[in-house]
Amino acid sequence: MRVALFLTCVNDTLYPDTGRAVVKLLTRLGVEVDFPAAQTCCGQPHYNTGYRHEAEPLARHYSDVFGPGVASGDYDAIITPSGSCAAMVRELYPRMGERARAEGRGDRLATALAPVIPKTYELTEFLVDVLGVTDVGAFYPHTVTYHPTCHGLRSLGLGDRPTRLLAAVKGLELRELPGAQECCGFGGTFAVKNSDVSAAMGADKVRNAAATGAEVLCAADNSCLMHIGGTMSRLQVGMRPVHIAEILASTEEEPLV
Amino acid sequence: MSGTYLGMPAFPEAAHDAVRNTTLRANLRHATHTIRDKRARAVAELDDWARLREAGKQIKDHTLRHLEHYLVQLEESVTAAGGTVHWAADADEANRIVTRLVLATGEREVVKVKSMATQEIGLNEALEAEGVRAYETDLAELIVQLGDDRPSHILVPAIHRNRGEIRDIFREEMGSWGRPAPEGLTDTPAELAEAARLHLREKFLRAKVGVSGANFMVAETGTLVVVESEGNGRMCLTLPETLISVVGIEKIVPTWQDLEVFLQTLPRSSTAERMNPYTSTWTGTTESDGPRTFHLVLLDNGRTDTLADEVGRQALRCIRCSACLNVCPVYERAGGHAYGSVYPGPIGAILSPQLRGTQSEIDASLPYASSLCGACYEVCPVAIDIPEVLVHLRERVVEGGPVTRRGTKVTLKPARGHAAERAAMRAARWAFTHPAALAAGQRLAARTRRFHPRTVPGPGRAWTDTRDLPQVPAESFRDWWQRTDGGKEAGK
Ligand code: SF4
Repeated sequence: MRVALFLTCVNDTLYPDTGRAVVKLLTRLGVEVDFPAAQTCCGQPHYNTGYRHEAEPLARHYSDVFGPGVASGDYDAIITPSGSCAAMVRELYPRMGERARAEGRGDRLATALAPVIPKTYELTEFLVDVLGVTDVGAFYPHTVTYHPTCHGLRSLGLGDRPTRLLAAVKGLELRELPGAQECCGFGGTFAVKNSDVSAAMGADKVRNAAATGAEVLCAADNSCLMHIGGTMSRLQVGMRPVHIAEILASTEEEPLV
Repeated sequence: MSGTYLGMPAFPEAAHDAVRNTTLRANLRHATHTIRDKRARAVAELDDWARLREAGKQIKDHTLRHLEHYLVQLEESVTAAGGTVHWAADADEANRIVTRLVLATGEREVVKVKSMATQEIGLNEALEAEGVRAYETDLAELIVQLGDDRPSHILVPAIHRNRGEIRDIFREEMGSWGRPAPEGLTDTPAELAEAARLHLREKFLRAKVGVSGANFMVAETGTLVVVESEGNGRMCLTLPETLISVVGIEKIVPTWQDLEVFLQTLPRSSTAERMNPYTSTWTGTTESDGPRTFHLVLLDNGRTDTLADEVGRQALRCIRCSACLNVCPVYERAGGHAYGSVYPGPIGAILSPQLRGTQSEIDASLPYASSLCGACYEVCPVAIDIPEVLVHLRERVVEGGPVTRRGTKVTLKPARGHAAERAAMRAARWAFTHPAALAAGQRLAARTRRFHPRTVPGPGRAWTDTRDLPQVPAESFRDWWQRTDGGKEAGK
């Protein structure tokens, strides 16, 4: 099996460790990983802020980068360690195609995006549904609480896939997060445009996490973790945010430090 | 909409104080969490919930698609049943019609039940200007009216008040509106309810004119339907000699059978009850029973324009159950008043800017009053994709585009105040379509990483006031990948 890694602009720039973890994890599971260097951003920040026409070139760029490899059978899937970017491609790209059609611009955008949409998977979804594994042979001797991010939870319907993966990690103790399904308050530009409300939501999330007594808050999206982590650091609750890929990549031989 | 809301500040400013008001936040948190948990249990009891939700959506969509046909049918059946139908294009026209009808009776008082539509148009203020006093009879509306306050929730307009505050309002204000509160009133729910009951009963028995809204209007028979839990609706609808119902044109359903769906989904979604305690239906006038005269004022006030918008029109499916408010993390912290409308919460954030347009500061800010978490869409019993409409309206604010205003197509210009953001979005799009430029930017950020402050001035301050920024890593992933050939080379 050979896959293309869509790392996303946030991870590429700010969280390269997550990318390295995905490569390590998938390689260990016998999956060959490629990183098409021309990839950039799915367009979610533009789309969600109301700049759909600026997001369109980015959607087309995504299909230019990943489409040919998918069409030729070179890639069996496109994997991303970000629930919200996977949701952008799978849920919102079809809508962008429809809107372009409604604006009298024909099927060109929809046709260009069609091949990459069903081939794009969020990491935990790919592991459980496509590879059919829940025990990935990881070792992580820490107490962890899991925050299911909104897009992973509601747009992609990841359900218990991430927690099944975590439960199978050796040494890991999973603690239930109170109010888990509530938004952490990030929401992209919302965090800046409605900073007061966003901060209040973040503080509540962090307090709930701290109440579990876990050392680590884990999620499948670094954007949410950036907001939660930044709040944790400010509130000094003595917890750290860790992306699920890094936990799943950690082994006894090469533990995550 | 109502003049009360003109000149409201933008949502973030209005939310600022609410977020810091700990009593308000505690009241809201307690109330919304209690009701959202109950609702989840009530919904889980039905194994065909998903199908009911889909049916509700389909019925509403069908009706909206053929709205003209059903409105004409409704007018015919209401007229045939002895009622009179009036058409109001906007708030002013509706207020003029109702005021004229009330004055024609010679009365100077009306009792009111369940009518967000009349709040939307500011009817009480319009009546007051003509010397007519309107008494709200829903318990929460009464609290809001006595407290000279504004409603902050669709179903529980006084949700922002706790029992102690309500007792104080009753003690201080009831006397100047009618029967005073009993001596030594405490804040137990039973005593508060009894005080309201005594106060209101006097008004019901005296009133000659009632003003109501309606949850549904059945086109085939001309029947109007109100569902409520206090019984005040029944009093207002049957005791007065004249009944004036003011209803938004989107509240129509084709047949009685269609009600079957909504009479299941509405109570479970709103009050978490299997069935609402009172369902009142009225059809025109009946000899020796109920009102002698019945008027139906059909209110447009931006609805036809909203209907013209392909994405936004789904907001008109709303049955005002308020489930979306109770699950919304933003509503929970900002409170209902921040939305600057009788329609607060997620539905308000998409309905108000469509009914009123996006010109005012508050209306242009409402589409951003959401983190797009999707909880509202998940609970909505008629499957309104609120996040989709929010993003669509954001687009209208920042990019402008075609809209319908008073039946005419106009092209909106992008709203002012977004120029810097637009430039930044364009620049980011340019970099993201030029991977080499992106890589160069990343390298520059990595090289200067030691000089990045963890708190920053300017627009970024909104972030760093409450959160620390992540440290930029020494090497981007793409540079690592290139340097190590995907981790195969040394130095990984
Ligand atoms: S939008 Fe949906 S959930 Fe919200 S009040 Fe309307 S019907 Fe209820």
